[in-house]
Amino acid sequence: MKIAVTSTGGSMDALVSEQFGRCQYFLIVDPETMKFEAVSNLGEQMQNGAGPKAAELIINKGAEILLTGRVGDKAEEALKKSGIKIVDGYKGTIKVKDAVNSYLSK
Amino acid sequence: MIISIASGKGGTGKTTVAASLASVIPESVYIDCDVEEPNGHLLLKPEFISEESAKKLLPQIDQEKCTFCGKCVEVCEFNALINLKFEIVLFDEMCHGCGACIYFCPSKVITERAKEIGVVRVGITSAKIFFADGVLNIGEVAATPLIKEVKKNIIEGKINILDSPPGTSCCMVETVKDSDFCILVTESTPFGLNDLKLAIDVLKTIGVSFGVVINKYDPSFTEMENYLNENSIEILLKIPFERRYAESYSEGILPLDKYPELKNAFRVLHKRILEKVEIVNAG
Repeated sequence: MKIAVTSTGGSMDALVSEQFGRCQYFLIVDPETMKFEAVSNLGEQMQNGAGPKAAELIINKGAEILLTGRVGDKAEEALKKSGIKIVDGYKGTIKVKDAVNSYLSK
Repeated sequence: MIISIASGKGGTGKTTVAASLASVIPESVYIDCDVEEPNGHLLLKPEFISEESAKKLLPQIDQEKCTFCGKCVEVCEFNALINLKFEIVLFDEMCHGCGACIYFCPSKVITERAKEIGVVRVGITSAKIFFADGVLNIGEVAATPLIKEVKKNIIEGKINILDSPPGTSCCMVETVKDSDFCILVTESTPFGLNDLKLAIDVLKTIGVSFGVVINKYDPSFTEMENYLNENSIEILLKIPFERRYAESYSEGILPLDKYPELKNAFRVLHKRILEKVEIVNAG
């Protein structure tokens, strides 16, 4: 299982980004080992279509679960087609590792 | 001849100026290119004689034959396509219908289908102004394909007044790009001046000659005229800031139909623009 988390930085200590399409980084986390891959998000600079492009990115990274603040309509459509579980409502005040731990302990 | 009416800032009086100008030119053509919020019809009150659906072409991908190589996604400038590796997903409203995906598809599995994006309405006013506008469907993001359709109503050999959407985006460029002359409407406020500068930059970049109409003119806001004088930009007309003009407008009546001094001012504006265009065309 892989968990994608929208992040403001490239480490597990970075704060979660509440934005999906325009977050700075995606951290693709393996919750068993807590190893992760940090992927910078090109969508941060896109004029339009950032949400669907971000969805495409994490789908192709093999994520099955997404932890983020909120997801737009178009991105949600793409994520649902791929069967990715969206867990939204995360605030930008918590660290990525804490978001992952809080999800795992639910 | 094509005269477009544009402005950087919204609410400066483009439609009032465009409709007023159209009404002092015999047998003129008025085309409302502000398809996201057309309102020229409220002032000119045309009788509509036709309403046609306007379409844009979208790619239709044969998902059975697609290899999911992703070439179409790569060449899409508008991020309208994404590759899920088991399906290519199209976001209709993001697509500009440019056809790049079809052209570059190595397996040739993409065809086109038409989708309605709005309607083009054509009519005539009691003063015999030929009228056209477009109404974009709610939820459509890309207005330029509809503006192109609306502009097909331009009549060669007549004076065509094109009412542009506000701002300096693609929609404004699409409206004004092939004009003989552009009137930039501004107002005596810092916002009006700031956005006027942006619009001037656009017109200089695309090479359309222009002049400025200052609406809601307030002589105490001197920055506007200082800027225009320093940059040798012609002020074509100043319309004073008067409550009675605003009241007339709010009732859907062109102020010049009530106040003869404005009718004269617009007749003079018409003549000045004709002279400008002759000078431009003479080189």
